[in-house]
Amino acid sequence: MTIPAGSAPRGKLQRALKNHAFRWFCTLCAAVSVVVLAILLGSLLLQGWRHLDLEFIRNAPSRKPEKAGLGPAMWGSIWICAACALTALPIGAATAIFLEEYKPASPFIRKLHGFLQLNISNLAGVPSIVYGIIGLTAFVQMFGLVGNLNEPGFTVGTPDDWYYLQLPFGRGVLAGGLTLMLVILPIVIVSSQEALRAVPNSLREGALACGATKWQMVWRMTLPAAVPGIMTGAILAMSRAIGEAAPILVIAGIVFIRFTPQHLMDEFTAMPLQIYDWAGRPQDEFHRVAATGILVLLAVLLTFNASAVLIRQRFQKPLQ
Amino acid sequence: MTQMQSPLTADIALAASPRRVPRIDVSNVTSRSLSLLAEHRENASPSDDAETETAVRVRGFSSWYGDFQALHDITVDIPQRQVTALIGPSGCGKSTFLRWVNRMNDLVPSARASGTLDLHGMDVLAGTIDVVDLRRRVGMVFQKPNPFPKSIYDNVAFGPRLHLKIRKPVLDDLVERSLRRAALWDEVKDRLKDSALGLSGGQQQRLCIARAIAAGPEVLLMDEPCSALDPKSTARIEELIAELRDRYTIMIVTHNMQQAARVSDLTAFFFEGWLVESGSTEQIFTKPRNSQTEEYVSGRFG
Amino acid sequence: MTASSFSILTTLVIIIVLTTETIRFFRTDEVSFGAFITGLEWNPLLGAEKHFGIWPLVCGTLMVTVVAMLLAIPLGLITAIYLSEYAPRTLRMILKPVLEVLAGVPTVVYGFFALTVITPFLRELYGGFEIYNVFSAGLAVGIMCLPIVCSISEDALQAVPLSLREGAYGLGATKFDVSVKVVTPAALSGIIAAALLAIARAVGETMIVALAAGNLARMIWKPTEQAQTMTAYMVQIFLGDASNFGAEYYSAYAVAATLFVMTFLLTILGHHIRIKFREEYE
Repeated sequence: MTIPAGSAPRGKLQRALKNHAFRWFCTLCAAVSVVVLAILLGSLLLQGWRHLDLEFIRNAPSRKPEKAGLGPAMWGSIWICAACALTALPIGAATAIFLEEYKPASPFIRKLHGFLQLNISNLAGVPSIVYGIIGLTAFVQMFGLVGNLNEPGFTVGTPDDWYYLQLPFGRGVLAGGLTLMLVILPIVIVSSQEALRAVPNSLREGALACGATKWQMVWRMTLPAAVPGIMTGAILAMSRAIGEAAPILVIAGIVFIRFTPQHLMDEFTAMPLQIYDWAGRPQDEFHRVAATGILVLLAVLLTFNASAVLIRQRFQKPLQ
Repeated sequence: MTQMQSPLTADIALAASPRRVPRIDVSNVTSRSLSLLAEHRENASPSDDAETETAVRVRGFSSWYGDFQALHDITVDIPQRQVTALIGPSGCGKSTFLRWVNRMNDLVPSARASGTLDLHGMDVLAGTIDVVDLRRRVGMVFQKPNPFPKSIYDNVAFGPRLHLKIRKPVLDDLVERSLRRAALWDEVKDRLKDSALGLSGGQQQRLCIARAIAAGPEVLLMDEPCSALDPKSTARIEELIAELRDRYTIMIVTHNMQQAARVSDLTAFFFEGWLVESGSTEQIFTKPRNSQTEEYVSGRFG
Repeated sequence: MTASSFSILTTLVIIIVLTTETIRFFRTDEVSFGAFITGLEWNPLLGAEKHFGIWPLVCGTLMVTVVAMLLAIPLGLITAIYLSEYAPRTLRMILKPVLEVLAGVPTVVYGFFALTVITPFLRELYGGFEIYNVFSAGLAVGIMCLPIVCSISEDALQAVPLSLREGAYGLGATKFDVSVKVVTPAALSGIIAAALLAIARAVGETMIVALAAGNLARMIWKPTEQAQTMTAYMVQIFLGDASNFGAEYYSAYAVAATLFVMTFLLTILGHHIRIKFREEYE
């Protein structure tokens, strides 16, 4: 190679060294994540194993750390997550179907679709505590339109009945579940969209060729085919919901709950909130209890995620 | 299908070739002397046929992708400062062969090779060679133009900046010279800072040629450079190749037989991983010795 | 159709609620919009002299976010480069699940980690760290955001076509040259989008800062001390005596409105950058 005047070749050794050094640098940075996770889990185990037993899962929280338990919090979590799932799934799936299957023809509706999509992205970025505030105003207080917390405007039954309902919902399980639904709705929509997109077009065309209407095609062909994907997305969204403390904090507050919820309007607490409560206390012993609570929470999450992976693998058989 | 020709056929063809290809053994010469030699050659007049040396020497070269053998016992001499066309139907291994000359197949984990492949006496296949330096000496232009998403100037300057500590005025000069040699300067001289992606397909390919030239290679590999372009751009690039052969050894893979006939001095015909025949372009196209070659060049298959 | 309008309804409700309550906030005698925007002191709970300047809270949020991004963006990007360009299959199979676990851990756990592990460790290193400090919380937020940066950046890097890498290798580039000088610049729009998303998450983060960063709203620049973020303030109000519908109560809505505007702008910005630079390499 002719070396132009006014330049000098770069050292080959230097370039080779830079190449190797960069590779090691990248590996080191990647290792940081693994190390951090190891420290995180290690510290949790170290702090939390002492209190970990069945008693812990059954007991109610108490002033004495040795007697504290996660029982009511677990039940509270189950109630609100059930309420959340039962509302988020239909609404989310329906929205996804509308966005994916009913593709617009006219440019105006296409713009509407784009706007809707942008709207969902925006909602996904809203901090969860803001959802908590909205839930407080919209579900707990219902804008003050139907009475207030002390004197509900409308009731069905009494607080002793299991079917007790009141408007406004008050600081109850239903309000908590609906607020969580707001938080995870964007996630459910987006993952359902992905699941629908993964269904090959040949299936859709086959159904239409048999004389099905658009609605029949969606309901009988596309949706069943997309169900595993939608379920996986829903499970992952639920694992997000279980861990959310901020919105629950706004709805329920830190209350001393010793019993499981008896009806939809009942007061409650949730696992992450209980953990927050314990973690915020000055006594070291409560910190250990918090660590135990975290271990239980993580175990629940692990089960959820593992089942999502299993479902995904089980039904991963190609649809063609 | 006609019967498979053995690799001996290629050797026999070469041995019986009317034009002997004398070789200079440069394996003892250091790289500094080589560059001096190259400089000297650049300033000399274009070599004529009787004095051509071999740029790339191939003996018994075979390659595999995993268990699949892509090339069988290739033996050929690629002469210096001439255009050698590699022709053959799809999947015959000509692109694979081309990519071994600059070790691009290193990017494919399952690729391996055996035999001899020498560039000016340097064993290209040895594990000890500096592949980075090899690729500086052997430039490549790809089938689909692949300019970087940077400015036109930065595209051409990329190679020199990698290998040289170079001052701006010298670099400006080098960029201009490369763009001129690629017949692109007049069209872009006012917009060197614009994105390369704004150029047309034909311009982008000429930019890729300029980029390859700027690094100062001895050999230029071109893998079907015109297949993604319209006829007008194709014609311009073919003109370019004719101009470039004064300075660079060019190996061009092409699907288009007329292009091979127009552009090249030497042609090698590949079929299903074998080198069936190689010789001067005139001979291959007018008096092919092998019946398979004859059938291919007359368009009966491919 | 009705289901999808639910999402629009949600956005409208958010905007309406925040706006009306914020207006109610500004209607109280103690506050004016000007003082809110420009005021540098925030102590609404002090009986006698109440100040409602938003900047101390914004400052707290920004400090935590800056610390978090100084950790998450470089580490996340380099890890993404490693995953995309260098990692052999076995290491990928370890690293990707690790990142997914880090992404799935509830934020309250990170807050606990910051309080019980990071802060004591920092205090061992240098006694100047307070029990509640911004740096500790920032580190935890950074760890939480790292998987986001990494996975979106990795997607962007993988999307860079092979032809560009081959072009660079063909010119005699080393792997370092290819990764840093060609692939990363080509994926820049995706990387920036990843960073913006991470910033939005960090800004909105509540539990970590509520546990570890402190509850003192003031304008300080020392990360070793405590500061209150916007989100931590909201927690403080809603955990307190909520039946007192005074200016303090509505101030939480005003802060929430500010927060919403910030994350909204970040989301829109990320969206624009994504769209505008989408045809990067074709």
